[in-house]
Amino acid sequence: MTAVPEVIRIAGLSKRFVLRKDNSLKERIVGFGRVGRRHRETFWALRDLDLRINAGETVGLIGHNGSGKSTLLKLIGGILDPTEGTVEHRGRIGALIELGAGFHQDLTGRENVYLNAALLGLSKKETDARFDAIVGFADIGEFIDTQVKFYSSGMFIRLAFAVAVNTDPDILLVDEVLAVGDESFQRKCLEKINELRGNGVTVIIVSHSLEIIQELCDRTLLLDHGHLLHDGEPREGIRQFREVLAAQPHATIDAGLIRRVEVCGSDERPKTSFGPGEDVLVKVRLTGVGSLSDWSCWLGVSDSSGRTTFATSTYRIAGDRWMQGSDDQIDLVFRFDAPPLSDGRYFVSSSVILRNPPNHRASEAQQVTSFEVVSGQIPMGPLRVDATVRVDPAD
Amino acid sequence: MNAEERFAALGAAPFHGRRNGGPTESSIGAIGQVREILRQRHALSLLIRRDLKARYKDSALGFLWTLARPLTQLAVYVVVIGHFLGAARGIPDFAIYVYTGIAAYTLFSDIVTGGTGSIIGNAGLVKKVSVPRELYPIASVGGALFNYAVQVVVLILATIVFNAFPWSWDLLYAIPGILLIVVYGTGLALLLSALTVFLRDVSYVVEVMLLLLIWMSPIVYSWAMVRDAVSTLPGGPIWVEIYTANPLTLSVLSLQKAFWASGAGAEYPTDLLLRIGIALAVGLVLLVFGHWVFRRLQGNFAQEL
Repeated sequence: MTAVPEVIRIAGLSKRFVLRKDNSLKERIVGFGRVGRRHRETFWALRDLDLRINAGETVGLIGHNGSGKSTLLKLIGGILDPTEGTVEHRGRIGALIELGAGFHQDLTGRENVYLNAALLGLSKKETDARFDAIVGFADIGEFIDTQVKFYSSGMFIRLAFAVAVNTDPDILLVDEVLAVGDESFQRKCLEKINELRGNGVTVIIVSHSLEIIQELCDRTLLLDHGHLLHDGEPREGIRQFREVLAAQPHATIDAGLIRRVEVCGSDERPKTSFGPGEDVLVKVRLTGVGSLSDWSCWLGVSDSSGRTTFATSTYRIAGDRWMQGSDDQIDLVFRFDAPPLSDGRYFVSSSVILRNPPNHRASEAQQVTSFEVVSGQIPMGPLRVDATVRVDPAD
Repeated sequence: MNAEERFAALGAAPFHGRRNGGPTESSIGAIGQVREILRQRHALSLLIRRDLKARYKDSALGFLWTLARPLTQLAVYVVVIGHFLGAARGIPDFAIYVYTGIAAYTLFSDIVTGGTGSIIGNAGLVKKVSVPRELYPIASVGGALFNYAVQVVVLILATIVFNAFPWSWDLLYAIPGILLIVVYGTGLALLLSALTVFLRDVSYVVEVMLLLLIWMSPIVYSWAMVRDAVSTLPGGPIWVEIYTANPLTLSVLSLQKAFWASGAGAEYPTDLLLRIGIALAVGLVLLVFGHWVFRRLQGNFAQEL
């Protein structure tokens, strides 16, 4: 047995972002010098991180929006440079980050495959050897010689994924991409990732789906405001993540349009614990929607395994109608009439979806708050349905 | 490859690291970066081909459109400026003279315009793949050179038609002429592509500057005309020197010496080669500076796009 080598070494890693509010020449010149400083806000997306990852590990990164997960992934991928510290890797990196972003609309699938493979470090010969496998995996047949702008979004994603996983990476970075595509393709992706793991590929996954993290990973890193809270066993990491979430009954968040998500009782006052038969209200505060047209706000509640228990949207409630402009700052109050939930903790997510481009999420707040259902009954399945039983004599 | 083999291979492989300002390996400075770019020439050639293919995809005439703009410019300048305004007097084979200049200007303008927008235009790749980002502006240089090659073919054909094929050692003047444009163009492309990411106004400034530049070089008029007109001003010779010091002027003059055989008797500034040599040296400094700025800024590209 060969010793397992380290593939990633991170020492004292910090990343600072500068948020500028002025981006034109006029504003820069007018606000030059000290005035300009006021327009700059900095924050540390990652702070003083030390980390080593061995070959063949599957590591899940979890944490809030803005906890630094994606930043860490991009630093490992060499897409961002650190502000302080170093990040080192060895072997070839494949990245499932912003899938298809590197495809040129006017080129055919074939041309895009060769270009992307070349940028990932493959020679023409190596690409030739893998080409059939890529087309086969993407399952797009003769469309490979069609310009990608005519592809359906599914074909586009499949081809992008196929290129990334078939370039023989030693380290595979996965950012939330498993959330796209249909279910059978998602299954296929997971199988492929599992196959790569079997071949000793190191996989690093960012996902909001704790289900996927628990299923795939043998190590979990929990990040909170750029600090590493937990490094180790996934079950324990997820438990701590839930504690972090539960510590904030209503979170003030900065996810673009969505400013606050709050769980209330039927008296519209904040409430975190519900008994059987009580109505659950969720207030979503939105800003900057006055100028939007054709939008919808989605609201979902998931259980402790990350599975969505129930969900709705303004589009659905209004009978397939989009929301139009309104006041710039509004509270949407969703009301769920006595949801028949089993005992446990439930997590609330919300997003704002636009009609154009289709399914574009303008703003997303994942699992930002939670509530508890307490009836005293031990859960036997996700729902608590009132039942009676009758004893009849058998014929 | 199974896990055992992969682990053995990885155990023997060296680490590559990044810190603030680029790779951690101390040997990798600007030179290492250049070596890394050379290693990526397969990707570079595909990027160039992509740009060329994508530009005229779906058009019936395709590549021929590359010639549409310079030929139209040529026609306008020859007829309006050459004959209506009389600039053609004293310039034999005025069409070839003008086309030499336009082709050179187009090369420079293609490099600078394409280069300036290259990082923003490739935002998808910049945010996704970790390759030296210099590839993107350099790919625009490659594309512009290809277009220039097409124009030179047309130019050579024209000289054959006019029975003025430049069959002399002066043809070698083409080399420093093109080199000047590539060195200055690449330096500016690196510098401006990086600055544009942080300040979008740069591309508009570039547009205006390029508009001015075509009139600041002897393309539709001759260098001698400027000298005669300017030397009557107070401090005359200094103005001539300033005008001649423009690297695009030097490059255009050099290319005219190469391709415009009918003008063998025309007047050129004294010590043309020495002037070009000095301009090249300055241009190389600009190139190194442009690359230095690019390397300083490139670590933050992905978050700004």
